[in-house]
Amino acid sequence: MSLLDYLLPYDFSPLTILSYMLVMGFYGVGLIRMPEQDRPGSLRIFAFTLGVLICYAVMQTRFDYYAQYMFFVHRGQHLILHHIGPILIALSNPLPVMRFWFAKISPGWRHTLRPLGWVYNVLQQPFIALFLFVGLIYFWLWPSIHFDAMLSRDLYWVMNWSMLLDGLLFWWLIFDPRPPAITSSLGYGRRMLVLAAAGVLQMFLGAWIVFSRDMVYDVYEVCGRAWPLDPEVDQLLGGMLTYIPPAMMSILGILLMLRRAMHQDGKYTNQSKQLEETAS
Amino acid sequence: MRTRFWRQRTNIISATLTLIASLLLTGCFGNDEEDWNGKNISGLMPELEFDLINSQGKSVSGDDYSGRVRMLFFGFTSCPDVCPTALQKLNQVTSGLDPELQDEVLTLFVSVDPKRDTPERLAKYVDFFGDNIVGLTGKEPQLRELAKRYRTTFGYDEPDADGNYAVSHSSAIYVFDREGNPRLLMRPDLSGEEIRHDLAALIQEDA
Repeated sequence: MSLLDYLLPYDFSPLTILSYMLVMGFYGVGLIRMPEQDRPGSLRIFAFTLGVLICYAVMQTRFDYYAQYMFFVHRGQHLILHHIGPILIALSNPLPVMRFWFAKISPGWRHTLRPLGWVYNVLQQPFIALFLFVGLIYFWLWPSIHFDAMLSRDLYWVMNWSMLLDGLLFWWLIFDPRPPAITSSLGYGRRMLVLAAAGVLQMFLGAWIVFSRDMVYDVYEVCGRAWPLDPEVDQLLGGMLTYIPPAMMSILGILLMLRRAMHQDGKYTNQSKQLEETAS
Repeated sequence: MRTRFWRQRTNIISATLTLIASLLLTGCFGNDEEDWNGKNISGLMPELEFDLINSQGKSVSGDDYSGRVRMLFFGFTSCPDVCPTALQKLNQVTSGLDPELQDEVLTLFVSVDPKRDTPERLAKYVDFFGDNIVGLTGKEPQLRELAKRYRTTFGYDEPDADGNYAVSHSSAIYVFDREGNPRLLMRPDLSGEEIRHDLAALIQEDA
C-alpha cells in the first residue's frame, strides 16, 4: 500500500470533508481579516489546527479502517474525537474568531438563529452536559448497541459525529476562558465537580471492560479483525484506553481549573463589590 | 431575585430532560416480533448486491440469484477449520429442511483468496458441500468492495516456506430474504437446529 492509500479516506464521507473544510476555512479567513490585537497567538493557532487535524485524521484516513475492525483502535478513535481533539480546540480559545464572524451576521439572521442559542444553553447546564458526556460513552459501548453501530454504516457515522460534537460542547464548558466571576461561564468549583464525576463514571466502565473475562464486544470477532490479534488482548487494550487516559484527563482538567481559580482569586472581588453596591 | 427564579427553573428543566433522555435510551432496547436465533440486521445493512465471478468463470451479480433466501459466507478453500465446519453445518441445515423448502435456500460461498482459488478449484470445493451452494470469487478490489459493504474485512498472513498462508475473514453468515433485504446475522456457534428454525421462518414468511 502506498502512502496515498493511508491518507485517503477508507469510507469517504463528503459531508464530513465539507464540514472540516468549512471550519478550517472560516478559522483561517477570520484570522487574516480580524484586527491584529484580537488575533490569537501562534501557539493557540497551532493547538486549534492540531485538534481539528487529528479529529479529521481518525475519521477520514486509513485510521478509520483499523478503527472499524479493531476494538482498541476504535477506543483510540473515540479518545481523540471525544477528548483530545476537543480539549485542544477548547484550550486554543477560538472565541475571538467566533466573535469576529458573529459580528458579521445580520441582525435578522441573529434573530432566526436564537433558538440555537437556547438549545446550546440547555445543553450546557452542568448536569445535562455531564449526563450527555458520560451517557454517550455508555450508550455507544452498550454491547448490543455497539454491535449495531459497527454493522450499520449510518449508525457508525452518527456515533462518531455525536462523540465529536458532544466532546466539543463538554470541553468548551470546562475550559471556557471567560472568568466566571464577571461572565455567565460556569464557576470553577462546578467545573471541577463535573470533571471529577465524569472521571469516576468513565473509570467504572473502563474497569468493567478491562476486568471482564468474557468477550463483551464480539462484533470484531464475528466480522473479522484487521489483523489476527488475540481477542482478549484487543478487549484489554480497548478497556485500558477507556479506563486510564480519560481519568488522567479529568485530573489534569481539575488541576488546570485550580490554577485558574487561584490566579483569579481576589482579582474580581472589587469589581463585584462595586456591582453589588450599585445594585442595592 | 429573577436570576434565582431562573436558576430554580433550569434545575427543573434539566431534571425533566434527563428523565426524557433515559426513557428514550431504554426504549431503544429489544422489540423484536419474530423470535430469531440469529441477530436481526433488518435496516442495518444495504441489500444484497455484488459483482463477482462464479465457479464457471462467468461474471454474476446479486440479481442472478434473486427469489431465494440467500446465505452469504466469506472464506477460502484452503481454510483449515472455520469454513468446512460452517459449510458442513449449512449443508446439514438445508438438507434437513422439508423437501419443498430446500430449493428455496441458496448458500453463497465467497472466496476471498482469488490467488489460489481458481473457479475450477472453487467448483470442486463447493460441490463437496451439497447442491444448494454456489462458489463465488473475484478480483481483490471487487472482494474488498463487497466486504466493505457488509462491514467486514479479510487479510492475508505471510506465506510459509511452502507458500501456504492463512487468510483472516468474517466468521458470520449473512442471511438475505427473497427480495435481497438483509435479515439475519448468524454466528458460527449457532446450532444447525437454530439456523434451520430461522431459515424455515424466512422461507415461509412471504411464500
